[in-house]
Amino acid sequence: MQLTLEGISKKVGAETWLHDMSLAPHPGAVTVLLGATQAGKTSLMRIMAGLDTPSAGKVGVDGKDVTGVPVRERNVAMVYQQFINYPSMSVADNIASPLKLRGEKGVAERVRELASKLHIEMFLDRLPAALSGGQQQRVALARALAKNAPLMLLDEPLVNLDYKLREELREELTQLFASGDSTVVYATTEPAEALLLGGYTAVLDAGELLQYGPTAEVFHAPASIRVARAFSDPPMNLIAGEAMSVGVQMNAGPALQIPLPPAASRALTLGVRASALRVYARPGDVALPGKVELAEISGSDTFVHVSTAVGELVAQLTGVHDFALGAAITLHLNPTQVYVFDQGGRLLVAPTRTGGPR
Amino acid sequence: MNKPVNQKAWFLILPVFICVAFSAIVPLMTVVNYSVQDIISPERRVFVGTEWFASVMRDEDLHAALWNQLRFSLAVLAVEIPLGIGLALAMPAQGWKSSATLVIIALSLLIPWNVVGTIWQIFGRADIGLMGATLEKLGIEYSYTGNATQAWLTVLLMDVWHWTPLVALLCYAGLRSIPDAYYQAARIDGASKLAVFRYIQLPKMRGVLMIAVLLRFMDSFMIYTEPFVLTGGGPGNATTFLSQYLTQKAVGQFDLGPAAAFSLIYFLIILLFCFVLYNWMQRVGTADKEGVAE
Amino acid sequence: MARIDLDLAHSYKPNPKEDGDYALLPLKMSFVDGGAYALLGPSGCGKTTMLNIMSGLLVPSHGTVKFDGKDVTRATPQERNIAQVFQFPVIYDTMTVAENLAFPLKNRKVPEAQIKQRVGQIAEMLEMSHQLNLRAAGLAADQKQKISLGRGLVRPDVSAVLFDEPLTVIDPHLKWQLRRKLKQIHHELKLTLIYVTHDQVEALTFAEQVVVMTRGKAVQVGPAEALFERPAHTFVGHFIGSPGMNFLPVQMGASGLRIGDQALPATTRTLPMGDLKLGIRPEYLAIAAADDPNALPATVTQVQDIGTYILVNCRAGEHVMKVRLAPDAVVPAPGDAVRLQVLGEHTCFYKNEELVA
Repeated sequence: MQLTLEGISKKVGAETWLHDMSLAPHPGAVTVLLGATQAGKTSLMRIMAGLDTPSAGKVGVDGKDVTGVPVRERNVAMVYQQFINYPSMSVADNIASPLKLRGEKGVAERVRELASKLHIEMFLDRLPAALSGGQQQRVALARALAKNAPLMLLDEPLVNLDYKLREELREELTQLFASGDSTVVYATTEPAEALLLGGYTAVLDAGELLQYGPTAEVFHAPASIRVARAFSDPPMNLIAGEAMSVGVQMNAGPALQIPLPPAASRALTLGVRASALRVYARPGDVALPGKVELAEISGSDTFVHVSTAVGELVAQLTGVHDFALGAAITLHLNPTQVYVFDQGGRLLVAPTRTGGPR
Repeated sequence: MNKPVNQKAWFLILPVFICVAFSAIVPLMTVVNYSVQDIISPERRVFVGTEWFASVMRDEDLHAALWNQLRFSLAVLAVEIPLGIGLALAMPAQGWKSSATLVIIALSLLIPWNVVGTIWQIFGRADIGLMGATLEKLGIEYSYTGNATQAWLTVLLMDVWHWTPLVALLCYAGLRSIPDAYYQAARIDGASKLAVFRYIQLPKMRGVLMIAVLLRFMDSFMIYTEPFVLTGGGPGNATTFLSQYLTQKAVGQFDLGPAAAFSLIYFLIILLFCFVLYNWMQRVGTADKEGVAE
Repeated sequence: MARIDLDLAHSYKPNPKEDGDYALLPLKMSFVDGGAYALLGPSGCGKTTMLNIMSGLLVPSHGTVKFDGKDVTRATPQERNIAQVFQFPVIYDTMTVAENLAFPLKNRKVPEAQIKQRVGQIAEMLEMSHQLNLRAAGLAADQKQKISLGRGLVRPDVSAVLFDEPLTVIDPHLKWQLRRKLKQIHHELKLTLIYVTHDQVEALTFAEQVVVMTRGKAVQVGPAEALFERPAHTFVGHFIGSPGMNFLPVQMGASGLRIGDQALPATTRTLPMGDLKLGIRPEYLAIAAADDPNALPATVTQVQDIGTYILVNCRAGEHVMKVRLAPDAVVPAPGDAVRLQVLGEHTCFYKNEELVA
């Protein structure tokens, strides 16, 4: 089903929760709403579902205007952060409830099928309160899937679960979404989750829709500094610089040979992802000497915080490296891996990508 | 939030609307009607405008009843709120003991109000009443029919006995909603029991305390049955509170005009107090939330 | 600052008989003075129970807790002089930030001038000096957590600071800053810090030693490197690393190592006979040449671009394996047949879930 939001905005009293935005989630695919808390993700989802009406703008489903239509009449399934289930009904009854409401036949069979898909078939007779958090959320998911609605909305459903459980459920969700044909909208605050879910990503910040596109594209070519900031984990290194004839001169640092478009402003900001910085040099690299402020080891990677002449940088190095605090270190950077943003924060140059999935 | 409007809902509330109109709005309009007319006889009615309102405001007896009532309501709040909080703090938090305590405490709330008055009538008698006889044995001269101050205090005591459990129950609910981590953090910070009360329990009970204060104030300001049964308003008019005065005027003396005028004033006074109280407590609450700099 | 020694078990049932009755299986552990430790494990593994026993909010049913050699098993948190930071920020709503920070010192009757100086010092360390006079209730979650942390640090003689999943309610980009702040504080104040979490990134970046727990048992204690390179238990291999270790059932027979019906090249390691589990991390699983006879044949099922790396899902028979490649590596397409080099110096072997080679 094609959901379209045209010129949607939401004002509550004097506050604007959503600024004028238009969004048409790709039908049959996963659209991730990525943004910090209070960025407007939940408000937007509520408008998509029909729980709220927008202050301005239209909501359309398959070409039909449904802006004032209440949620009961729209075919939408929603899953929340807080494991919402009917507390007095067994798991089987919970999953069966949307099927029974529609008066479908073969309810028991379908319930068993969904329960086994989500690995909860041994809990069918229990009450939700007797299950663990992850299991309760699976019940909520099964109920949403049972509804088989063309639009499925998930508002940070995994945020109250353990890290490992989150990883497992996320994988299962990706498979479940791929096998169905509903349009799925998934809200999250974690960039890593957006990347793992794939599909399309809409980046929200302070109530504004900043960018919408295929997830990998939004990640590798953020339209503005705000998108790059919202869609980075670890945070992107930002360095001030100035445009020159052959490239960019970093303030208090070396010059980079980057071909700039002719309309570039003088004052520029360079963005360098933590993974683009290295401790060994490759041909064509620019060196940034500095001092180690902090080294964090996270199993497969090491994050080094280095204070350099151009500012404080964070580098993500593969493998485990031991650094003494205060030790001298030189970071190497290839100019082709640098993002250039102009004075207004808009993207001018994105790194070239070698390798990657075809 | 704007919810999509469903027009059919209006038809569902129509029966309720008619009932409320019949039992509340129409009588209210009747009172307003009476308050601006002089009813000399059922056939002869004269429109007198605001005359009744003016005369009521000048009435000395009314002023006395009003002050009496104010003193009473403030005394009620001053005793019942701290006592209710204290009770709530002392009550066990979980298990069968908490259920048992809740039931026992709530018993006095279930007694019909005129029975409460009757209970205390007997309770206070010097010959057969438990309290009266005990005071007599202790050598204290006690008579709630003869001594004006003692009558007033007895009515107060009766109200405290009757209604403190309500405050206690509300505060108990408020206390149960405080997450355990706050108490743990306080223990770790080395806070004394008093500090825990002052900095954690009391602020977190703000919502329920507001409800408790509003309810007790409104109810005590309108109190009628219990003091009427206990003392009949006496001795003299020591325990004649506002609603009893009003009834005397309307039913006893059949002065419908002034009575109706006063009813409206009474209604407005309560509304005004509640509005002021509510806004004040809301403002104190929001100031906390907005991080107002001191 | 204190050294903490634990020699205990904990059960909520009066007469525990089997493992399932224990919330904490019998353990013996020491936390060195000034060290940073993390208790890592999934929900329900017993880490919060252990933390509460250390802080004094819970008395263990069996065993003792010693601070610097002194038995404090029944001592209150106040007597042990510890500080604890909870999952959601716990602040005193009616007080300002400065008053919040001063509260523990006021309760200990510290002189006014000293309180002011100490509060200023801690506020400076937490970068909250300009907010000292604001009402604590109106601040954001991460700043409230900083206040909670500050209340713990403000006592100069605090024996240990215990953290119970403190970054749960914080946004991802603020988590970075707070984690860094915690590490800086550890470096400056040299306090004993014990951090409970289910997030391995938090645990590994913060702690010098990580205690990995599951179902009431501490399965491995060691620095991040050891946990990553040589997990002592399959649970550690699975839990640490994103994604976790790949496991393959293998058999060691007289003729050598086999996976199903495929023989693997001889290995120099001495392995016990019988059914074993081979564990190799996605970071170390290499895609070998297409005709390499010693590598495992597999089919690529999915390729994902995760920004900082590429994740390739492969299927070898009925086993799913994941490979992690650098973003600029040459990557196969879904459906391609590849060969996976499963044996290498980073490969670990497990028997009955425990590391044997």
